[in-house]
Amino acid sequence: MLTAQWLYALTGCVVMALGLRAALLHPSLLRRVLAINIMGTGVFMLLVAVAYRGPDLAPDPVPHALVLTGIVVAVSATALALALARRLAREHADD
Amino acid sequence: MPDVLSAVLIIMGIAFYLAGSVGLLRLPDLYSRLHALTKADNLGLGLLTAGLALQSPDLFTVAKLLLIWVAILAASATSAHLIARHARRRETRPCPR
Amino acid sequence: MSPLSLTLFDILLLVSIVVLAWTALTSADERRSVILFMAFGLVVALAWGRLLAPDVALAEAAIGAGLSGALLLAALRELPSAVTASGDGRRSHALRHYATQGTVSVLSVALAGMLAWILTAHFEGPARDELARAVTSHLELSGVSNPVTAVLLNFRGYDTLLELAVLLAAVLGILTLGPGRAAYRPSGPIFDALTRWLTPLLLVTAGYLLWVGAHAPGGAFQAGATLAAAGIVLRLAGSEWIGLPRDGAVLRLVMAAGVGVFLVVGVSLLVLGRPFLGYPPAWAGALILLIESAATLAIAATLVLAFIGGRLPTEADRKGDAVTAPAAGAGANPDPSDDGEPRPC
Repeated sequence: MLTAQWLYALTGCVVMALGLRAALLHPSLLRRVLAINIMGTGVFMLLVAVAYRGPDLAPDPVPHALVLTGIVVAVSATALALALARRLAREHADD
Repeated sequence: MPDVLSAVLIIMGIAFYLAGSVGLLRLPDLYSRLHALTKADNLGLGLLTAGLALQSPDLFTVAKLLLIWVAILAASATSAHLIARHARRRETRPCPR
Repeated sequence: MSPLSLTLFDILLLVSIVVLAWTALTSADERRSVILFMAFGLVVALAWGRLLAPDVALAEAAIGAGLSGALLLAALRELPSAVTASGDGRRSHALRHYATQGTVSVLSVALAGMLAWILTAHFEGPARDELARAVTSHLELSGVSNPVTAVLLNFRGYDTLLELAVLLAAVLGILTLGPGRAAYRPSGPIFDALTRWLTPLLLVTAGYLLWVGAHAPGGAFQAGATLAAAGIVLRLAGSEWIGLPRDGAVLRLVMAAGVGVFLVVGVSLLVLGRPFLGYPPAWAGALILLIESAATLAIAATLVLAFIGGRLPTEADRKGDAVTAPAAGAGANPDPSDDGEPRPC
């Protein structure tokens, strides 16, 4: 395994752990959505690190496609979560 | 020769970015910080793209780099204006009774 | 570049990524969190570029940093933030007692470590490159020469079909949650001037990214995100309709077209005797471009509607709101210089 792969995989884990911790513990809804996004980015970093094969070889395209799919799914989930939160805020503001 | 010139240009660009970051951290006021940041974007990025343009393989890449610089110039100038105007309005609005 | 200087660059980049994530998650001010999150997304896009993943870098910069950041910033205004109530700032972002914090931290680290071990345990061995070799050997049959596009649209076309369905499901959920926000007030000549030439530039870039995805980094998702960015810029400049079709039926057709065209192509191939989504190699390039074009429009429409927060105002909404218009007008048309924070008098 290359040095770069270890470094990026480790960082991906750290970022994922940070995001997971904040998503579970933080009271604010907006911050939780942000934390889930950051957690997802950590996982993507892990996947792309696995796909890297050094500066001379072309990287493995399958994890790249998985990460691309993941990014789009993450943004749709974020959009839905924020719309739900907005509706919640409106309901609570009325009473 | 082009390598040396390109390195010099990039280092000068980085110096502007450093100055902009120091200004962001140390200047007292929103407006002066905006001023420091836009200097980094204008001249810093310009020098950086000039240095990179000397390294690029063909004229098409140079044109793309130039386009990136112009787009970022316009966007950063506009957003600095919007931020400064928003801050100014907040200061001078009459207070609610 | 020498390996040592590359490793140094890696370490600097990764340290800044971790620091940005940490400060974004623990900052007291929510607006600062969101802006740090956008910076985090951009630095991560740099990391993707360094790892030779340009398609992912384009998508992360456009969608992960840009669109997610815009969605979060737009939501900041309406969600009860931890710091707008001045007294609650410190208390509501302080976490619960230490036992819970400790347990969750340990569990998070354990989960992340386990994930890393699972993925890296198979770094050596013959199975490592199997899929990559399969992709490379079948690339000429796929109809495109960019391996990531080939995997997305041909070899793993099912996944992309279901991903577009997820996008559609999200926008259906958003549509059921009520009318969207009103457009922002037109903010003046300078921003108008920027919008006037930025929007055509974004449209041309989106078309270029769609076309070039076949043989260079690019593709439907990046193009759709750029198109959505053009829509958001128009929204910020005060446009109510943002270039979307005003007829609700046509808009729904555009949104459903992403999944729809994919399904139509798949089923027609079934009818013609080939497997579902099994493109004949001579037609593969054209079919992929067709599917990608529909997907681009659908993704752009979906993301712009998500930014608005709901459906575009219809005539019924306008008439129904006539009674409550004064109140709704004050609240729903956000004054850009009023964001609820205490102002110095």
